[in-house]
Amino acid sequence: MLEARNLRKVYGAIEAVRDISFRVEKGEILGVLGPNGAGKSTTMRMITGFLPPTAGTALIGGHDIVEQPIEAKRLIGYLPENAPLYPEMTVVGFLDFVAGIRGFRGAERRRRVESAIERCRLTAVRWQTIETLSKGYKQRVCFAQAVLHDPSLLVMDEPTDGLDPNQKHIVREMIRAMAAEKAILISTHILEEVEAVCTRAIIINEGRIVAAGSPTEMKARHPSGRLDEVFRVLTQGTAEQTTAHR
Amino acid sequence: MKRCMENTWELFRREFRAYFESPVAYVFLVFYLMLIGFLTFFVSRFYEANQADLKYFFFWFPWVNLLLVPAATMRLWTEERRTGTIELLLTFPVTLTEALAGKFLAAWAFMTFATLLTFPIVVTTMWLGNPDLGAVVGGYVGAVLLAGAYVAVGILTSTMTRNQVISYVLAFVICLFLALAGWPPVMDIVNKWAPSWLVNGVAALSVMPHFESLQRGVIDLRDLVYYASVMTLAIFGAYLVIENRKST
Repeated sequence: MLEARNLRKVYGAIEAVRDISFRVEKGEILGVLGPNGAGKSTTMRMITGFLPPTAGTALIGGHDIVEQPIEAKRLIGYLPENAPLYPEMTVVGFLDFVAGIRGFRGAERRRRVESAIERCRLTAVRWQTIETLSKGYKQRVCFAQAVLHDPSLLVMDEPTDGLDPNQKHIVREMIRAMAAEKAILISTHILEEVEAVCTRAIIINEGRIVAAGSPTEMKARHPSGRLDEVFRVLTQGTAEQTTAHR
Repeated sequence: MKRCMENTWELFRREFRAYFESPVAYVFLVFYLMLIGFLTFFVSRFYEANQADLKYFFFWFPWVNLLLVPAATMRLWTEERRTGTIELLLTFPVTLTEALAGKFLAAWAFMTFATLLTFPIVVTTMWLGNPDLGAVVGGYVGAVLLAGAYVAVGILTSTMTRNQVISYVLAFVICLFLALAGWPPVMDIVNKWAPSWLVNGVAALSVMPHFESLQRGVIDLRDLVYYASVMTLAIFGAYLVIENRKST
């Protein structure tokens, strides 16, 4: 479903992503792990077509994100970091706009909006303006936006960041609920998340993949059998880099 | 092609509604109308002139728009970037051209709406006397085109920064240049030291001659070409800024 081919991104003198290749098939949930500044967000932004790669590309369902961006973007649902939303719109108004942009019309458009509201448990806040919502609800509105068109590929950049344990639980449940019929890519720096939802994981450090495998395989790489030890050994000693955002 | 129109329409609709989803639009409209009314009646002494002539009314549009169009456009891209929604917008299956067109048309439609809300002044004048209808239509066409040119400039400056105030000031300065470049008092000063080809070249960029010729009720192809070029150039500039901003 998704094939990242030798993605590379250079911002001026900083090489944020050096050479990243991986595949995600339908039914898989791939976790992208790494310390802050490792290049996770940049990689996702290239895959979703927000940033043009310096070299390499990504194929989404066979469509090249650089050559055929519109066809590729139709297949992607994207939840960016920090769940950006238009604050002055109502939940229904925003989702209706997204349904329109995704090409739905008339009864189908209403049905899509209703189903997204239901699936993401937004019924209670449907008429509220987005700026009045709590962080957990905002996250779910952005999630609803990403799954409204039933995408084949779902890309989520730190979907549970800053949520309380109950909200994290809800988001993870929603992710698991649609895992079977989609390819899912999740970035995170929360290790428990990988064990909780991912079928496979890669660890990125300084713009490179330093480890790949199932959570169980990963844990076997360190005598302690703990994922955080593996993570630390692989990513330690690297100065925290800040990549220029946008 | 159909898809392109539909996308632009959806983006236009969201952006146009966004004006009215906050109180800003209403404050803006009230201030706009009060300013035009005040300048027409008290500064230009519309009543004392004892003529049912709208030239004092249309005279003020370049200046009122100079003050207020940048305020109507300063939010358009700065907020997308500040809040990060640009990441949603540009990962939807729409092209950057459609996104720019949607925003531009929404802001232009909003300014057209504000301009047309001045109709009571025109109706009053028609009731008092017989203004030249051709000049009224020409004056409005000129005012709307002028607002369109300013809106395009405002879109361009809003792509350059995340800060609304900077976007406003940049748009104000560029529009002020467009308004003053062909203004005789300014040209006289510049004429003293600059070669005449330069003075004439700069003056040709000005909106004023085009605005004034439309006010006489003559819709000249050259004026339309001028406005279309300003809008296209500014929007194309905005396109380049966003394309390149994305990669840094």
